[in-house]
Amino acid sequence: MGNKLSILTKGIIKENPVLVLVLGTCPTLAVTTGAINGLGMGVSTMVVLICSNIFISLLKNVIPDKVRIPCYIVVIATFVTIVQLLLKAFFQELDASLGLYIPLIVVNCIILGRAEMFANKNSVLDSALDGLGMGIGFTLALFCMGAIRELLGTGMLFGVRLTADFIAPMEVLKLAPGGFFVFGILIAAVNRLTNGKASKNAEKGCLGCSCSSVCGHVGGCTPTCEDELLASIEEAKKEDEKRQEGGALS
Amino acid sequence: MTNLIMIIMAAVLTNNFVLVQFLGICPFLGVSKKLDSAFGMSCAVIFVMLIATAATWPIQNFILDEKGLGYLQTIVFILVIAALVQLVEIVLKKYIPALHKSLGVFLPLITTNCAVLGVCVMNIDEGYSFLEAMLNSLGAGLGFMLAMVLFSGVRGRIENNNFLPSFKGVPSVLIAASIVALSFMGFSGVIDGIFGM
Repeated sequence: MGNKLSILTKGIIKENPVLVLVLGTCPTLAVTTGAINGLGMGVSTMVVLICSNIFISLLKNVIPDKVRIPCYIVVIATFVTIVQLLLKAFFQELDASLGLYIPLIVVNCIILGRAEMFANKNSVLDSALDGLGMGIGFTLALFCMGAIRELLGTGMLFGVRLTADFIAPMEVLKLAPGGFFVFGILIAAVNRLTNGKASKNAEKGCLGCSCSSVCGHVGGCTPTCEDELLASIEEAKKEDEKRQEGGALS
Repeated sequence: MTNLIMIIMAAVLTNNFVLVQFLGICPFLGVSKKLDSAFGMSCAVIFVMLIATAATWPIQNFILDEKGLGYLQTIVFILVIAALVQLVEIVLKKYIPALHKSLGVFLPLITTNCAVLGVCVMNIDEGYSFLEAMLNSLGAGLGFMLAMVLFSGVRGRIENNNFLPSFKGVPSVLIAASIVALSFMGFSGVIDGIFGM
């Protein structure tokens, strides 16, 4: 029982996908101009995450290992389309403000990362709990970002005027630079509150790699790390030189 | 003609993909430590954006819309892009090994990059013609390159600075990115000014 609880809670704070693992940065920065947008994006992603985790866990013995990534992408894209159509039907306003970023849930590294790291090795119930925990962590982070940016940027929260009358709103926080700034400050605050444990957690193995967010921890760490990228570029250059020398000699 | 120049300039400067629209943040933060890798990555992104647009625009307009299958857009696009990138990698390896060497290592990373899928979906949403869509993709790629190269320069300078312990690593990079994004806000209105709109 305690085990199940820890699967659920680890995504919320200890391994928060946004604030500790720094995954899924694009939606985090782009849609958090208001608390409602953040919440809507978070919940949509959570639904996709839970459903895809359950399905991939169910199919884990059927999917051949070699083509697993395309299979995961198809499962994820299916659920994203379902969510997209549901939003269009019942929440038009949210759909309009999230716009382009709804189809982009497909390429959110969190979802593919959880499929690869958790759902294809664990039972259905565990995978569902993992999806729920990670989803709640993601939603909370997006909600905090959105609320901070809305409150300081416009002096309103959920469209209700709070501080706009006595503190001048800092409009820049609602714009693009404010997104980066608030995100940076939030990560620093989490680092401080956890006495640096958070960043150490993130440094474990593949998750500590600066490119982990690019590769989504998919397919091991072959040429996906920046150092290795640089090394392989160097190697290619050397090979070229060798060949040119060889050509000159012959 | 003015229309086409406007699309490309808007994509590079005022609607910069990375710093204004927040697409492709992962490689922006992940692969910008050295100028070499930043430049290689952006070349690969421009390349993939162009071929992805060239493939997805006809699919949407001639197959999906014709048959009333518009709702399959997300699934079809991501699969087409993924398959295309794999195919291009194989073709490059076989026939143009020199280009494969400089772009090859970056190609697998780009398959699930939100900037590439984003530009394809955006071209459809905006209702661009094929030429406009290709130019928009080129502009988006060039904007990505501009942001990456500028930021790798900034990052080289902040790398060895002495930050508070809780600001070390990602937070310091994000705050630097915020200042770079602030400078890009200066471009807003430039296009209206030039073309007198």
